[in-house]
Amino acid sequence: MKLGFSPAEEAFRTEAADWLNAQMSGPFKDIRGITTLTEKAERRKEWEQHLGAHGWGCIGWPKAWGGRDATIAQQVIFAEEYARAGVPGRVNHIGIELAGPTILTFGTEEQKARFLPGIAKGETIFCQGFSEPSAGSDLASVRTKGRLENGEWVVNGQKIWTSLAHISDWIFVVTRTEEGSKGPKGLSFLMMDMAQPGIEIRPIQQINGDAEFNETFFTDARCAEDSIIGAPGDGWKIAMGLLAFERGVSTLGQQMAFRNELDEIILAAKRNGSAADPLIRQRIAKAEIGLRLMRYGALRMLSNRDHSRIDGAALTYKIQWASWRRNLGELAMDVLGQAGEITGGDTYRWGTLPNLFLYSRADTIYGGTNQIQRNLIAERGLGLPREPRGDA
Amino acid sequence: MDFAFTDEQMMIAETARAFFAENATSERTRRAMAANGIDRELWRGFCQDLGFAGIGIAEEFGGAGLGMVEFACIAEAAGAQVAAFPLLGLATAARGIAVGGTDAQREKWLPRILSGEAIAANAGKWHVERQGNYLSGSFDFTPHGNIADVFIVSATGGSWLIERDAAGLKIETPVTMDQTRPLASLHMDKVLGEPIADHLGAVQAMHAGGWICLAAEALGGAQACLDRTVAYAQERVQFGRPIGSFQAYKHRLADMMVEIEQARSAVYWAACTVDEGSDEAPLALHAAKSFCADAFFKCAGDMIQLHGGIGFTWEHDAHLYFKRARSIQTLRAPGNWHREEIAKIILGDAA
Ligand SMILES: Cc1cc2nc3c(=O)[nH]c(=O)nc-3n(C[C@H](O)[C@H](O)[C@H](O)COP(=O)(O)OP(=O)(O)OC[C@H]3O[C@@H](n4cnc5c(N)ncnc54)[C@H](O)[C@@H]3O)c2cc1C
Repeated sequence: MKLGFSPAEEAFRTEAADWLNAQMSGPFKDIRGITTLTEKAERRKEWEQHLGAHGWGCIGWPKAWGGRDATIAQQVIFAEEYARAGVPGRVNHIGIELAGPTILTFGTEEQKARFLPGIAKGETIFCQGFSEPSAGSDLASVRTKGRLENGEWVVNGQKIWTSLAHISDWIFVVTRTEEGSKGPKGLSFLMMDMAQPGIEIRPIQQINGDAEFNETFFTDARCAEDSIIGAPGDGWKIAMGLLAFERGVSTLGQQMAFRNELDEIILAAKRNGSAADPLIRQRIAKAEIGLRLMRYGALRMLSNRDHSRIDGAALTYKIQWASWRRNLGELAMDVLGQAGEITGGDTYRWGTLPNLFLYSRADTIYGGTNQIQRNLIAERGLGLPREPRGDA
Repeated sequence: MDFAFTDEQMMIAETARAFFAENATSERTRRAMAANGIDRELWRGFCQDLGFAGIGIAEEFGGAGLGMVEFACIAEAAGAQVAAFPLLGLATAARGIAVGGTDAQREKWLPRILSGEAIAANAGKWHVERQGNYLSGSFDFTPHGNIADVFIVSATGGSWLIERDAAGLKIETPVTMDQTRPLASLHMDKVLGEPIADHLGAVQAMHAGGWICLAAEALGGAQACLDRTVAYAQERVQFGRPIGSFQAYKHRLADMMVEIEQARSAVYWAACTVDEGSDEAPLALHAAKSFCADAFFKCAGDMIQLHGGIGFTWEHDAHLYFKRARSIQTLRAPGNWHREEIAKIILGDAA
């Protein structure tokens, strides 16, 4: 067990930091420090491509697919330096963290060649079509239908809460391809091009005034027969595998964004004097502890070689960070006081900390709500009896 | 960077787990509780048969080498069984002598302490006056002070080694809530202490060792509370179903696991920072001690609640964990103090 990095790893850190800092003080100065996913989306797509062109797009992927075969330690370092340099979040995070690993794990060689280089180069932005109006936590009850017709999948139905659909090139959708099937059986995982008349999106406004997510309608939307990942009927297995990636390597970059948020709270507390309040000091210390433990939990998870047992650090990670961040949002507002409840401008747009307060209410909902996480932990981690499941 | 146990570390942890599960049984622990808080057989077995007492103490001083990660593996296993023996004294007083003691002190005491022949304790809160090396006043809340043969005591400007039979030393042993680790008061009337050569080095080593020991014991204890409650959840039936099938019950157990996983990261992070001499060590130690103590207390409290009436009985082991958890929260400074230390590191002093 060892936490320190080797000299070679530290050299990699310098290389990554130098490059990132040069971009953020040079050609991409205008996007430095942005904290929402929607702001300056077009420039951020250019940033994705710039990363890709310099080989920094998906460093953990195999070289053959546009990655660098980076070690875990290098990925940790890159994630840390990325956020330290004030680089905004990846607009293609769904492609990088969800679609890519899914294709790497379940896709054919041909599918890997078709999709992965585009993701690594920042040219193919993905969004996720899982949730439907009547299928949220109970994802297995999706109704969107897919049928094979003349060598094409034809899809009809509706998805909802589709983050970043409005800037995406592709969407992966869980569809019911077996007529009359129920629950997790008869589902398929399809990759669909967004640029077609059969797919229509309508933005949904969120509590922070932003519109990051959308309704996505499918009316005889089409994709090629070989755009299915896995076999027809494997959709549930693949969707579940994908949700497990969501708690993988990607978390480290996110943590560094949390670091920046906590640092901003610390700065605000020092400025307005609340840093002298003993209760605020306790809460800031708790937030600091929580953030550190998240880092070391992620490092445990990444260093784990024993895959014969459930990895407790991985299983508990989602609820841990989501709850931590929700508390952080409340702490931010308590530090700001009433100054946090008014904006400086004349539109309903919020600075980093009030926005954190509002946005973090979503963290405990998407990607499996806190209640669903507790069910998973209790059932998979502790072996307790399963919840009733609708049609399953 | 590789935050996973080596094969050797896993072997030590496994050996320790098996040893405490077999020896630190509820029955034997309760016998120790009814007497003076030490299972002498367990102590002898630990020091002599296993030879684990020297782990975390350099070989040049007669220790077994290795580091705080390995020590934490042992403390975790001991905590899981609420073992009644003076492990904390090894983590503190013995390390204090090894790091800061004079050659004569090391030669005289370390072989005896590490073989289990002598018990060492680090004194708790002090209200003393000193004239040179003569100490008068009290050191309260000294863990296993009731049976220790040698004490390391610290006050402003110095640390001293004091033997149990020193002239002017009177030891008072109040009834202690956690009977597996009685807290004694050392009353001193002009007791002549033998100065520890490197006072600050010794204090630092005792803090690091003590905080890691307590945090790791808390981790093991919290995990045991969860494991035992999960077992009960599956066997106890109410309303015609196992109580573990009720969601309110399941979710509370899930929350315990979330805390425990973080506690595990905290303990081994802190241990690594000490072993690697990292700048993060102060932050990690305060984080580990405060977080793990609170996590353990929450799990132990939930264990009682989730067992219903049986959990409130003397017969059930839940109260052993609950009381140990409470004592870990306050030993070597309460959580608020540790968090304020962290606040000082990241915010500076309160104006
Ligand atoms: C900001 C944001 C972005 C999102 N982005 C996407 C996206 O890109 N793609 C996508 O497909 N989806 C996305 N989602 C959708 C998200 O995954 C769902 O909102 C989530 O799974 C919950 O489903 P639901 O909203 O239908 O709530 P419901 O499932 O109806 O839940 C309502 C409440 O009931 C509770 N509940 C439900 N079942 C149980 C149970 N068994 N036990 C205990 N309590 C239960 C829930 O915890 C919740 O509190 C996004 C959501 C948000 C907020």
